[in-house]
Amino acid sequence: MNIKKKQEIGNYNEYVKETMPKSHTFSSCIKAFLVGGLICTIGQGVSDIGKNLLKLDEKGTAAFTCIVLIFFGALLTGLGIYDVIGKFAGAGSIVPITGFANSMVSPALEYKREGYVLGVGAKLFTIAGPVLVYGISTSVLVGLIYFILNALGVIQL
Amino acid sequence: MMDYVNAFWVGGLICVIGQLLMSLTNMTPARILVTFVTAGCVLTALGLYKPIVEYAGAGATVPLTGFGYSLANGVIEQVAEKGAIGIFTGGVMATAGGIAAAVVFGFLVSVIFNPKVKK
Repeated sequence: MNIKKKQEIGNYNEYVKETMPKSHTFSSCIKAFLVGGLICTIGQGVSDIGKNLLKLDEKGTAAFTCIVLIFFGALLTGLGIYDVIGKFAGAGSIVPITGFANSMVSPALEYKREGYVLGVGAKLFTIAGPVLVYGISTSVLVGLIYFILNALGVIQL
Repeated sequence: MMDYVNAFWVGGLICVIGQLLMSLTNMTPARILVTFVTAGCVLTALGLYKPIVEYAGAGATVPLTGFGYSLANGVIEQVAEKGAIGIFTGGVMATAGGIAAAVVFGFLVSVIFNPKVKK
């Protein structure tokens, strides 16, 4: 019984190795580089529009860029286009802020039939929730450390 | 023009780091996003991310590390201006536009569109 089990596990591990899609690390890195770079270049264009055309200040420009990219990330996800890009680009479409919008809309759409509160409302935060939890917590920690160091006179804010 | 070239290659490179983490360690997209925001926050606090933003512009602010940069930058500014209360207000204040946009656009798109049938 035991031997048989071991054999099965051995076979299974081989089976997994054989059938798992081989990850082409190098080519997927190139794709991520191209698509991720392109999204950032578009972001630079949006940022220039905010700065030069709308005459926004530095913070306004940053917020404007962020809002526009999130809008298109969400819209393209709704249209089903972002998933196509994602299949090609991997991390190139996940790491930019558009990927953050995608990570909100995707599960919300999928669980829409569970209603607007626990379906759409809750699932918007499946991935965005953890991002905000760790992001905001880290920022509070950073603020606390800066505040203490400033109070002790170690740094001058 | 140089702004665009720098945004392209730095932004691309940050995505490659994400891709390497995904390919080599089988990290899920959720973990990648959390890691990048936290890393952006910490690097900014150490003063290491601002030079990248100054050099690459959107190439550094568009990836999720840039979201961490805004959080940390905002909190440091508010602590300098308002003192202790800034610890709690600074981060979210600086990222309020992005957070509100993500919630509202995310919600609207989810209401308007229906899931695509997987083929």
